[in-house]
Amino acid sequence: MSDLIIETRGLNYYFGTQKVVDDLSLKVKKGSIYGFLGPNGAGKTTSIKILLNLLKSPKDTVFLFGKEINSNRIASLKRLGALVEQPAIYAHMTGRENLVNRCMLLNIDKAKSTDLLELVGLSDAANKKAGKYSLGMKQRLGIALALLSDPELLLLDEPTNGLDPNGIIEIRNLMIDLASKHGKTILVSSHLLSEIERIASHVGIINKGKLLFQGTINELHDLSKPTLEIEVQNAAQAASLLTENGYELIATTENKISLLFKSAEENGKINTLLVQNGFIVTSIYQIRKDLEHLFLDITKNN
Amino acid sequence: MRSLLISLQSEFYKSRKTLAFWAAILLPVVICGLITFGFYTNSEKILKMNYPGMVLWMNYSGGALGVMGMLILPFYVIFMAFSVNNIEHKNDTWKTLFAQPLNKLSIYAAKYLYAVLLIFCCLFLFASLTYLFGNLLQVLVKGLKFNEYSPIEILSKLYLKLFLSSLGILSVQFIISLIWSDFLKPMGIGFIGIIMGIILYTKGWEYAYTVPYSHPSMALTMAKGKGTPEIFTQEIYTSLIYAVVLFTVGYFIVARKSVK
Repeated sequence: MSDLIIETRGLNYYFGTQKVVDDLSLKVKKGSIYGFLGPNGAGKTTSIKILLNLLKSPKDTVFLFGKEINSNRIASLKRLGALVEQPAIYAHMTGRENLVNRCMLLNIDKAKSTDLLELVGLSDAANKKAGKYSLGMKQRLGIALALLSDPELLLLDEPTNGLDPNGIIEIRNLMIDLASKHGKTILVSSHLLSEIERIASHVGIINKGKLLFQGTINELHDLSKPTLEIEVQNAAQAASLLTENGYELIATTENKISLLFKSAEENGKINTLLVQNGFIVTSIYQIRKDLEHLFLDITKNN
Repeated sequence: MRSLLISLQSEFYKSRKTLAFWAAILLPVVICGLITFGFYTNSEKILKMNYPGMVLWMNYSGGALGVMGMLILPFYVIFMAFSVNNIEHKNDTWKTLFAQPLNKLSIYAAKYLYAVLLIFCCLFLFASLTYLFGNLLQVLVKGLKFNEYSPIEILSKLYLKLFLSSLGILSVQFIISLIWSDFLKPMGIGFIGIIMGIILYTKGWEYAYTVPYSHPSMALTMAKGKGTPEIFTQEIYTSLIYAVVLFTVGYFIVARKSVK
């Protein structure tokens, strides 16, 4: 219990009669980078808004830092920083003024704004109106705003949206740094698994409000069972031979057969069987389904 | 209380470069300046009238008060209510504002209070500038009798009354501007409200005091009686009741609204 920074217990949330969060039980450990994955409209932003108490959760379903959120709203919010949807920035104020304004609200030293501007690479644009910032710059300013109070927990909703490849790498490295060197806990949402798998230690996959998977990134990898691909001439006949010999096939095309990988010895036996029966095997290899496909499979099947 | 002060300070910081803030200063400066300029250029005619001090002050301050009560104040209040809320609508910042570790009521109350304060400052400036510019005219134009009468009491009471009478409109418009993020609805409804308020009042409808948009005109006209005006009249009480009730309603709206 004590090392869980975020915990939701069977959380349900409705917009009118539509259930948008369905029995969600998130468990985010201290110091982890939790990738919160799901297609658009899966309920990620709603869940983050619930964690920020912007949407009111039923009693005793959401716990931040081990405490129930509704009765500890201000104390919990003091310890977290957030970036929800597009960064909320006052367009008529400069980047620095946006940060100074937040310093006021958080009652922290205004000089902190200079450090944060430097951290997110906006020092040169500090005195430019935020409305004139590019999407990437706005996103950086949003991240700076979230980091301003040096929070223990960061909730970042699609933080690399609109960033160029360099910006994405910088933010990614920043998140890794924050978690590994400064012990921050980060919940980062995205609809791109490729982005999350590079930084996250833990993953939660949500679709239609339901949590379909939750665990470490390695546990997610383990879900994807490797297959054996055999390229062979006369694949149809080869396939029937294998079936007759008790092998279960996944798919057969004109010159390729796919079946579940069992072991290296088993591969050898299959190869021998085919060659002894006069088939010309041109290639035999093992493939592991990449996470992107796995993610699609998990979300599609639900 | 600390939350309220912090939020109020932030409201000032956010809006200090906007028209709503500067209008509170520019409106009185420009209007009082123009009226004073008019008096100065027409000083010969005015001297011929040989008004006694009190009438001269009434004549002079009536220029600003009349325009303010009927049109400018209601419009300014409508614009102010719109502007304070629009700063969050326009930038989609309600959600961030309510995700700060601050009491929700303080955030909302600070916004309302900030609008009230700006209106107060605007009217305070009107009263002060009327007094200062009147005395300036006295120095510039020999023979005027501004020095025969001290208008401080009556000016303070009239502007205080005008201020209290504007709180009803502010509260209605504040809620409208909270609910709708666009420019046309609050401004359109406000505009219709003002016209309706003026018509209802000038036609002498018995229950005009129930319509907040009539309050500023009523507050002023009732004061045209003899002696110093009474501050707490029927329309002022109604205006204050509107303010208290709608302020409370607004809080519940904002608490729900911020979540989307």
